[in-house]
Amino acid sequence: MAEKVTVRLKVNGRDYEGTCEPRKLLSDFIRQDLGLTGTHVGCEHGVCGACTILLDGRTVRSCLLFAVQADGAEIMTVEGLAAPDGTLHPVQQAFWDQHGLQCGFCTPGFLMTVYEFVNQVQARNHQPSEEEIREALSGNLCRCTGYVNIVKAVQQACGIPVESPAAH
Amino acid sequence: MKPAPFEYHAPRSVEEALALLAQYGDEAKVLAGGQSLVPLMNFRLARPAHLIDLNRIPELAYVRPHDGGLAFGAMTRQYFLEEDPQVAARNPLLPVVARHIGHVQIRHRGTIGGSIAHADPVAELPLIATLLDAELVIRSQEGGERVAQPQEFFLHYLMTSLAPTELLCEVRFPALPPRAGWSFQEFARRHGDFAIVAAAAILEADANGVCTAARVAVAGGAPTPQRSQGAEAALVGQKLAPAAFDAAAEAAAAEADPESDIHASADYRRKMVRVFVRRALEAAASRLPKES
Repeated sequence: MAEKVTVRLKVNGRDYEGTCEPRKLLSDFIRQDLGLTGTHVGCEHGVCGACTILLDGRTVRSCLLFAVQADGAEIMTVEGLAAPDGTLHPVQQAFWDQHGLQCGFCTPGFLMTVYEFVNQVQARNHQPSEEEIREALSGNLCRCTGYVNIVKAVQQACGIPVESPAAH
Repeated sequence: MKPAPFEYHAPRSVEEALALLAQYGDEAKVLAGGQSLVPLMNFRLARPAHLIDLNRIPELAYVRPHDGGLAFGAMTRQYFLEEDPQVAARNPLLPVVARHIGHVQIRHRGTIGGSIAHADPVAELPLIATLLDAELVIRSQEGGERVAQPQEFFLHYLMTSLAPTELLCEVRFPALPPRAGWSFQEFARRHGDFAIVAAAAILEADANGVCTAARVAVAGGAPTPQRSQGAEAALVGQKLAPAAFDAAAEAAAAEADPESDIHASADYRRKMVRVFVRRALEAAASRLPKES
């Protein structure tokens, strides 16, 4: 067995330290060693996007990184979105309002991708077209195929008026 | 779906990385962005005994002017091609091509050198390196530095002329000619997938619309990206009009020698080479400055 390595990193503003083999994927390290199970593991080869996190401010697939590579990095996971009192982040609230999830497995990855996208379009004061939104979402797969409502959620989060689903 | 054990090395300089390569040779794999290697390791299709991670070598990540064009450190992330204004200014083809590489999350991590050293036959950057005759700067501890041309560098599917002790350190893309028309056209089943066929073209013309220089390159027609000499010969000296585009596209298809796989038959690929070269030529010609 390869010698274990110590990994120190900041996740959602908090310092963490763990020890693991160099072959441990960052996605597994986040879930198993740090106990942050909001980051989901789907395909484990970089296709589905369920494990998307922010590494030093940019979205990446955490299943395509070794934990040792994140030593010294700052990470944001889905647990970092909501306020400490539980108030949902506007992106989460939009997914809630627009029924932008069915089974919810892909949702953490979508939320991180959309969080970055909304920040970018707001920084540019830009109103994205539906095509741009679908392009931005193309690296995340939803096998419930609930993309229509996910697109609506992104539109809401970008401040674009959307017709809300009828209240049940 | 977990990688096999390996010994991990994180050199802090190119010299250290070259020393590790000299020591471990073909027992080692070089880890750049990891967007192709890590999936292969997760599937255990790759089981290197030693992993040499280049991500802690800041001297390998840069963009700087070179001979009118741009030199990229091998570890420069692909998203730089989209975001760095000097790239768009010197070579507007590069940002357009970069947006076809995987998805944004892949480009945040994937590197320019990694894509070229991986040598996927339908990847975007190897095609553009071939189209532009990019210079590939390669170093090793024993051999010093050599500069390779794409046509000699790409040998076969996922095979390059890199020796196990060599490291691709820099990729130099020339600037586009100032009055050139250019285009990149890709055919993939889904957005972000590897292409089935991709074609790129750069055209120059005189005041009468007669082609004075042409570069045409195709991915998906052979085990490596290829310049199409037939297509280029069918264009130079001809008026840039549908007849010349048809002849060039036919020539490119005739030169292609694709294989069948689960994604497409060889015949279909050859037809798509014709279609996508044709589209690339038409789009490139439409970008030429209009003469009054």
